[in-house]
Amino acid sequence: MEVKRHTIKLVVNNKPDVLARIAGVFSARGFNIESISANVTMDPNVTKIRIVTMGDTSTVTKIQNQLKKLVDVLSVSHVRESKQGQREMILMQVKLTDKNRNDVMKAIDELQCKIVTRKSDYCILEATGSEEELEILVQRFDSLGIEDLSRSGVVAL
Amino acid sequence: MKIKGAEILLRALSDEGVDTIFGYPGGVVLDIFDEIYKSKFKHILVRHEQGAAHAADGYARASGKVGVCLVTSGPGATNTVTGIATAYMDSIPIVVFTGQVATPLLGSDAFQEADITGITRPCTKHNFIVRKVEDLARTVKEALYIARSGRPGPVLVDIPKDVSQAMTEYHESGPPKAPAHDPIYVPDVTALNEALRMIKQAKKPVVMVGGGVILGKASQELREFIEKVQIPVTHTLMGIGAFPGTDPLSLGMPGMHGTYYANMALTQCDLLINIGARFDDRVTGKLDEFAKNAKIIHIDIDAASINKNVIVDLPIVSDCKSALQQLNKMLLQNHFTIPEKDRKAWTQQIDEWKEYAPLSYCAGEKIKPQCVIETIYKLTKGDAIIATEVGQNQMWAAQFYKFNHPNTFLSSGGLGTMGYGFPAAIGAQIAFPDKTVVDIAGDGSIQMNIQELATAVVYNIPVKICILNNGFLGMVRQWQEIFYERRYSHTNISQIPDFVKLAEAYGAVGLRATKPEEMEAILEKGLNTPGPVIMDIHVEPEEGVYPMVRPGSPISDMDLGR
Repeated sequence: MEVKRHTIKLVVNNKPDVLARIAGVFSARGFNIESISANVTMDPNVTKIRIVTMGDTSTVTKIQNQLKKLVDVLSVSHVRESKQGQREMILMQVKLTDKNRNDVMKAIDELQCKIVTRKSDYCILEATGSEEELEILVQRFDSLGIEDLSRSGVVAL
Repeated sequence: MKIKGAEILLRALSDEGVDTIFGYPGGVVLDIFDEIYKSKFKHILVRHEQGAAHAADGYARASGKVGVCLVTSGPGATNTVTGIATAYMDSIPIVVFTGQVATPLLGSDAFQEADITGITRPCTKHNFIVRKVEDLARTVKEALYIARSGRPGPVLVDIPKDVSQAMTEYHESGPPKAPAHDPIYVPDVTALNEALRMIKQAKKPVVMVGGGVILGKASQELREFIEKVQIPVTHTLMGIGAFPGTDPLSLGMPGMHGTYYANMALTQCDLLINIGARFDDRVTGKLDEFAKNAKIIHIDIDAASINKNVIVDLPIVSDCKSALQQLNKMLLQNHFTIPEKDRKAWTQQIDEWKEYAPLSYCAGEKIKPQCVIETIYKLTKGDAIIATEVGQNQMWAAQFYKFNHPNTFLSSGGLGTMGYGFPAAIGAQIAFPDKTVVDIAGDGSIQMNIQELATAVVYNIPVKICILNNGFLGMVRQWQEIFYERRYSHTNISQIPDFVKLAEAYGAVGLRATKPEEMEAILEKGLNTPGPVIMDIHVEPEEGVYPMVRPGSPISDMDLGR
C-alpha cells in the first residue's frame, strides 16, 4: 500500500467537542494529523476544517467513512491533488548576522517573502504558497539560520 | 407554565413512548428522582450502575425498543461505561442519562465530577452535555432518534444539576434535527438487479446473516427471501434467531466456534450474500482465505462497514428490511425459479458435511454442559428468551439451543462482556413479564454482576439463572490447554461461592445438580419454580468448545475436538 499525503475537508457543526470527536477517529486508527486548520464559515453555526494526514488510500477512505458517521459532521470530502486551491502560510524568525545578512536579503527577494519585523539581529518573515513551495522556502532559510517558525496548515476551498 | 428541568426530562421521555427506566440515584440526580417519585414511570432500582446499562440493553434487544437508564455523576456514570461499550459494539439502541455537577463547577474537579462525555466519546454513537434547560427537551428527542435510527447504538446525555433544577416552559419539540445523519433506507435498484443476476448464476451460494437483520426487524422478509431462493443460511452470533435454527437450510453459526458445515460452506461457496453482518474477525478467521472463491454481496445500513475488513463485489447500502422487501418483490415479478439442477451438487455436499461433523459431544460420568443446554431447549420447547454471559457458556448456548425467533438470544458479541447476561435477562424479563427468561452463565461471569440478584428478588423478576459450574474461567482455561501446555495460570476459581446458599441469602431459590441423572429434574424444577432461581449445575471441568479455529487460521482449518 502506497503511503501518501491526503487532505480531507470537513464541514461540521460549530460545537465545542467536534474537534475532539474528529481527532478520535484518527487516533483510534493510529493515524497522525500532519496539519489542521479550521475556520467558522459565513454561517456561524458551521465550521470548515482541513486535515492533512499520511496514509494509504484504502485506510484514508475508511477514515472518511467513519468521519461521515459523526452526528455533527455535515460533509466529508477528499481534496483532489490539484494544488491551485490549497495554500498555506508560514511565519519564520531568521537570525541576522554580518555574515548572512546579504544572503538573507537575497533569499527574501527571490522567494518573495514579506518582512513583518526587522531588528538588528533577526527578522520575522511571512510567506504563503503551496506546501511544496513552503518546503523549498524552509530549506533555503534553514541553511541561513531559522530560529523559530510556525505554519498555518493547509487552507483549501 | 414553567416547570423544572427534571420534570421536562420525564415529560420528554414519556412523549417519546418511554415508560421504563433502569437506574440508581445519587447527589446530582436527586431532582430527577424526586420527579420519578411523583410520576407513573416504572423505575427499576438496580444494585450497580453497570447492571442498569446492561438491563437497558437487554430490554432493547428483547423488545426492539430503546432502553433507557439514569445514573448519577462521577462513579455512577463511569460504572455504566462497560455497558455502553457493550451496546456500542453490538449496535444496541440505549440512552444513558447521567447526572453532572452544576455548570459553574464543570472542569473544577468537583466532588463526583467526571468528564463522562469525554470518556464515552469513543464508545457512544453520539453524546450530549445539556448546558441550558431550554435545550433539554429537544436533546432527549434527538438522543432517542439517534439511538434507534440507521445503525443503532448507545447515546449518552449528561445533565448538570443546575439544568435539572432550572425552570422553563415545556413544548413538545418537532421532528428531531440531524440532517447529516439521516440514514439511507432506499436500496439502489440497479444493485439489487445485479444481485439477482448473481444469485441466478451461482452454483454454490451461501447467505450469511447478522445482527442487522434483527435490529432492522427484517426476519420475516429474510424467511420469505430464503423460501424463494433456497440458499443455505449461516448466522453470526448476533444474527441468531434471524432465521430458524431448526430449518433444514440453517447451517448454524460460522467462525471460531462455528459449525464444520458453515465454515466449509463459506470457504467453498461461489457466492456469499452477507445481510447485516460486519465480517468480524471471529467470523472470518484468516482474511486472505475467507470465501476466497466467492463473489460477495454485502447489504448493510452502515456504509463504513462495507469494504472495511473484506473487499466485496457488490455493496448495497440499505437497511436489511427495505433491501429484502425489494428483493422479494423483484423475485415475484421475475417469476424466479430455483436452478435446482445447478444447485444439486452443492446441496449434496452440504448434507455430507453435516453428516460428517454434526455438533456433538460425548457423554461421561459428569454432567456435560452441552447436554444442559439441550435439556433447557427441550424443557422450554425452544420458546425461551436466552441471555448468556461470555465464554464457553455463551458458545455452547449458541451451538446447542435452536433459536427460531429473533430477539430471543441476548449476548455480548462484539465486546465480550462477562457479567452481561444476568442484568440483560432482567431487562428482557421487564419487557416480557410472562416469558421464560434464562441466563446461561458460567461460575466466573455470574459473579461479575451477582449483586443484581437483589434487584430480581425485590421486584420478583423471575429470571432463571443456569450456572454451568466448572470451577474454571473455562474459555481462558481452554486456550491455556491448547496454546500454553495446560499451564492453568489463574483460571482455577475453585467453585466458590456456594451458589445455593448465595441464592438463599438474597431470598431467591437455589438448586444444585452434580450428577447426570439428576440434571434434568433439577432444571425442570428450577424452570417451574416461580421467582428468581439459581440452578447451580456442576459440569465436567475440562470440557472444551468445539469445533475450534485457531486465531489467525483459515476457518476451514478446524479442530473438531475428536
